[in-house]
Amino acid sequence: MDNPILDIRDLSKTYKSGTVALAGVDLQIRKGEIFALLGPNGAGKTTLIGAVCGLLRPTGGTIEAFGLDVAKHWRQVRRRIGLVPQELAFDMFGRVDHSVEFSRGMFGCPPNAARIEEVLRSLSLWDKREAKIRELSGGMKRRVMIAKALSHDPELLFLDEPTAGVDVELRRDMWRQIGALRDAGTTIILTTHYIEEAQEMADRVGVINRGKLLLVDDKASIMAQLGRTEARITLETPLAALPETLAAYPVTLEDGGRTLRYRGGDGTGKGKREIAELVRALVLGNIAFSEIDTHDSTLEDIFVDLLEGRDGVPA
Amino acid sequence: MNFLSLNLRGALAIFTNELARFFRTVFGSILSPVLTTSLYFIVFGAAIGSQMDPSQFGGVSYGAFIVPGLLMLTLLSESTSNASFGIYMPRFTGAIYELLSAPVGVAETLIGFVGAAACKSLIIAAIILLTALLFVDYSIAHPVYAVGYIVLVAAAFSLFGFILGVWADGFEKLSIIPMLVLTPLTFLGGTFYSIRMLDEPWQTVAQFNPVFYLINGLRWTFTGQADVPIALAFGMTLGFVVLCIAVIAVIFKTGWRLRG
Ligand SMILES: Nc1ncnc2c1ncn2[C@@H]1O[C@H](COP(=O)(O)OP(=O)(O)OP(=O)(O)O)[C@@H](O)[C@H]1O
Ligand SMILES: [Mg+2]
Repeated sequence: MDNPILDIRDLSKTYKSGTVALAGVDLQIRKGEIFALLGPNGAGKTTLIGAVCGLLRPTGGTIEAFGLDVAKHWRQVRRRIGLVPQELAFDMFGRVDHSVEFSRGMFGCPPNAARIEEVLRSLSLWDKREAKIRELSGGMKRRVMIAKALSHDPELLFLDEPTAGVDVELRRDMWRQIGALRDAGTTIILTTHYIEEAQEMADRVGVINRGKLLLVDDKASIMAQLGRTEARITLETPLAALPETLAAYPVTLEDGGRTLRYRGGDGTGKGKREIAELVRALVLGNIAFSEIDTHDSTLEDIFVDLLEGRDGVPA
Repeated sequence: MNFLSLNLRGALAIFTNELARFFRTVFGSILSPVLTTSLYFIVFGAAIGSQMDPSQFGGVSYGAFIVPGLLMLTLLSESTSNASFGIYMPRFTGAIYELLSAPVGVAETLIGFVGAAACKSLIIAAIILLTALLFVDYSIAHPVYAVGYIVLVAAAFSLFGFILGVWADGFEKLSIIPMLVLTPLTFLGGTFYSIRMLDEPWQTVAQFNPVFYLINGLRWTFTGQADVPIALAFGMTLGFVVLCIAVIAVIFKTGWRLRG
């Protein structure tokens, strides 16, 4: 990738407790993209973000942002980065607007009431600007965290599970806002447990588990690579081996030969066509089946497969 | 580090935010130290002090003698607790993430947190000096030195409090050092007596107490007299400031307790 906005090389982090949270991560982020980092609890997502934003010291590796080493040029770099951490954390007794103004000042920006108003309005917090933070609902508090991170107009924004604990409607609303930020040129890296979220918003997706990035790719090409359609055909009598006639299709026997699993297609309808052919072949071959369950594969399937280490997944 | 690259706006933001926190709870933060100190003035300065022989206190009234000692007591405890809470609270709530991810280094942190903490205790010190006028009759022999010394002590113990707040991993630890170390040292350091009144070996032992020098330095600026040479007292205080700044620089360099 040419001139990545963020360039992480062989990043590792071992906590004092001995936990290896990151084990050699390489990641390049393109300017202007939305990158979703997916992974189960404890995968190392927050640690990765913390290492870039200066919350913790990496054990090894290098991080460059905007072409500058973040450890050496932290002053220049940090001004241009925004962070919304996973946990709600602020002075609960402070006022919403003061808290956002404070953040802007801390990042070295001159006071700008118009910009603060704009940020608060965009997050529907303007009416609450004089409220004490502790008087806000959880979803509003989370938006205050976002407002604080946006107050200094970062070029690179980290959102660590921005929609955790946020209701469906508000989540969609946040997606729209994140989309608007991207349209305005902000590069966004977000972590999430909701596959739906990554699928909805991200340009590229990375899957991390146990401190290792298992996969990084364009969302579209992941989907195409892995085949968009999956079918599970429940057989009446278990098969010991795949019949010759099915060998041409991307099928596997599972569940002790009781289930025939098809994964294929490329998102163009080829998968559905092949499943139809497969069914015809089963009928012709006198292989009785009781159920056919087909669905288009989502990132979720890919994710689960990767984590379970099943085959059929590009390394 | 280049002075021009300092994030002065960031330092100012921290400073004003800290002061705002102070004024939000202004009643408690000012009233309680002022009330406590006034009680000392009433009991020791006015009631008991009137029975004391001024010749034992270099010719000043006992009330006037204890003013610098009590002022020091307040300065030490207020500076330490203001600064330690200032940095401990964000660590406790997690709000420290913002400081750590901001373009804010040692210098900005010191100006912001330590400066605000010192400012707060200077405000309290001024109020206490004014209230003291209600109960005892005192004057300040060297006003310029007095102000300089008070500022220096406030800065020194705000730095110390900052270190304490970074070190503490629980609320009880925040109060342990002021309670178990600072208050006893201040009382034993001659807040209420001149060490010349002590018998040996206590007179010698008292000289190992660093707070003894602080109190006597301040007392010299008020009464023109002290149990120790003034240069030594100033030197000790200045040395303490330098030591604290060095410790804080190391904390930032290594990320100790701040960056995991
Ligand atoms: N401060 C810490 N000290 C010691 N170990 C830690 C610390 N923070 C995280 N860990 C450990 O490091 C690993 C990675 O944690 P991390 O918070 O990065 O995961 P995550 O992917 O963000 O998880 P989640 O989805 O639950 O937020 C976990 O095993 C965690 O227990
Ligand atoms: Mg996390």
